Amino acid sequence: MSYARRAWIILWKDLLVERRAKEQTNALLFFCLVLLFLFQFALGPDRDRLAAALPGLLWLGFILAGLLGLGRSFLTERENDCWEGLRLTPGDKSAIYLGKLAGNCVLMTAVEIVLVVLFGVFYNVDLWTPAAPLALVLALGTVGLAAVGTLFAAMTTQVRARELLFPVLLLPVQVPVLLATVSATQALLLGQPLADVAHWLKLLAGADLVYLTIGLLTFEFVLEG
Amino acid sequence: MIDGVSFRLAAGQCLALLGPNGAGKTTLLRILATLLRPSAGALQVGGLDALREPDRVRPLLGVVAHGSLVYEDLTARENLRFWEIMRGGDASAARLADALAQVELDAVADERVRTFSAGMKRRLGLARVLLSQARILLLDEPFTGLDRRGRKWVSEFLLAFKAAGGAAVMATHSFGGGLGLADRIGILASGRLLLDRPTADLSTEELHRVYESLTDSVEAAP
Repeated sequence: MSYARRAWIILWKDLLVERRAKEQTNALLFFCLVLLFLFQFALGPDRDRLAAALPGLLWLGFILAGLLGLGRSFLTERENDCWEGLRLTPGDKSAIYLGKLAGNCVLMTAVEIVLVVLFGVFYNVDLWTPAAPLALVLALGTVGLAAVGTLFAAMTTQVRARELLFPVLLLPVQVPVLLATVSATQALLLGQPLADVAHWLKLLAGADLVYLTIGLLTFEFVLEG
Repeated sequence: MIDGVSFRLAAGQCLALLGPNGAGKTTLLRILATLLRPSAGALQVGGLDALREPDRVRPLLGVVAHGSLVYEDLTARENLRFWEIMRGGDASAARLADALAQVELDAVADERVRTFSAGMKRRLGLARVLLSQARILLLDEPFTGLDRRGRKWVSEFLLAFKAAGGAAVMATHSFGGGLGLADRIGILASGRLLLDRPTADLSTEELHRVYESLTDSVEAAP
């Protein structure tokens, strides 16, 4: 009970701080808009080119927004020695990881919903018909991205060159997640049923499980430095 | 680097650590707080081996460092609630209100900490210590950035903490604060504890003289 309560209070704190400061939300929304405009200019009105590139563009947007958001997720802990305060709290430190991960997933999901809606409107693509299976792929991909991102953000938060180090560490590890999410998204947007992308979903679920387990088991060592 | 530092602190006692910048005061406090692990040596807190079982020792410690461990975009009440739940304690509204009243922050309990002065943040840090029922208080420069009223407030808090049987280690540059509040004065220079003496044996003038002579001799050493 205490474990769940501690994970919950971390999530509550992160969302409350974000709601008040709006540091990440504002930056990410602006970033999404810029990205959409750039893609629109780069691809032009050619529907076939757009259909082929859309899954990659969608996930490129998610990844870039994720890098921006995840990389900042422990910055509030650096202020006023709060990082050390968390170290001094008793109990299993993986509760902190779980709370942080949940907070990052909520934020990333919000950004993804905005991006998907804007993609649908800007590019006149029907994202409504495959909405349910697409949501499953997005959810699995988000957990995979956030699970490693949260851990690496904690690892790099005390490092001077964290903005450089964070993507360098994160992106190579994300290859299985990116491969599976882009392929599954492409198949779903082409109208294929969910059963046709089952192998990608299994890969995603497996990667999520591995990343989550590693995060939960190693976070205490990361926190203790 | 800390080298050859050894002391024992009884319940109800306060040790004030004096020393020039870079002497190792904060490093020593961080070791005592189990935030830094020494490469050699032993640390016992309340009969527990703090190096082997930091998680059992940490609930006994109250740490008030430079940063006061506060989230700027949470209110004072929300900060206390957060840390109390993280500690696994009772975060009931009545307890939080009582702690805030004790540190005289009840009137601004629902204001964001970002608007607080350094002294108010320090008091909020002490409210967290009150809730935690810590037995050992570790204070790093508790008077820095405080006005006269703030210094008086922190001093009274420390005296009350000692009177209730708590032990405290305070790193400070304030000779007056050290002599007035502590039972023992420790002088640290270049990571070594050069003096550990009861304050009753020292006048302000003598402390100044001993401090100058000890720190000068260390700095002059090759």
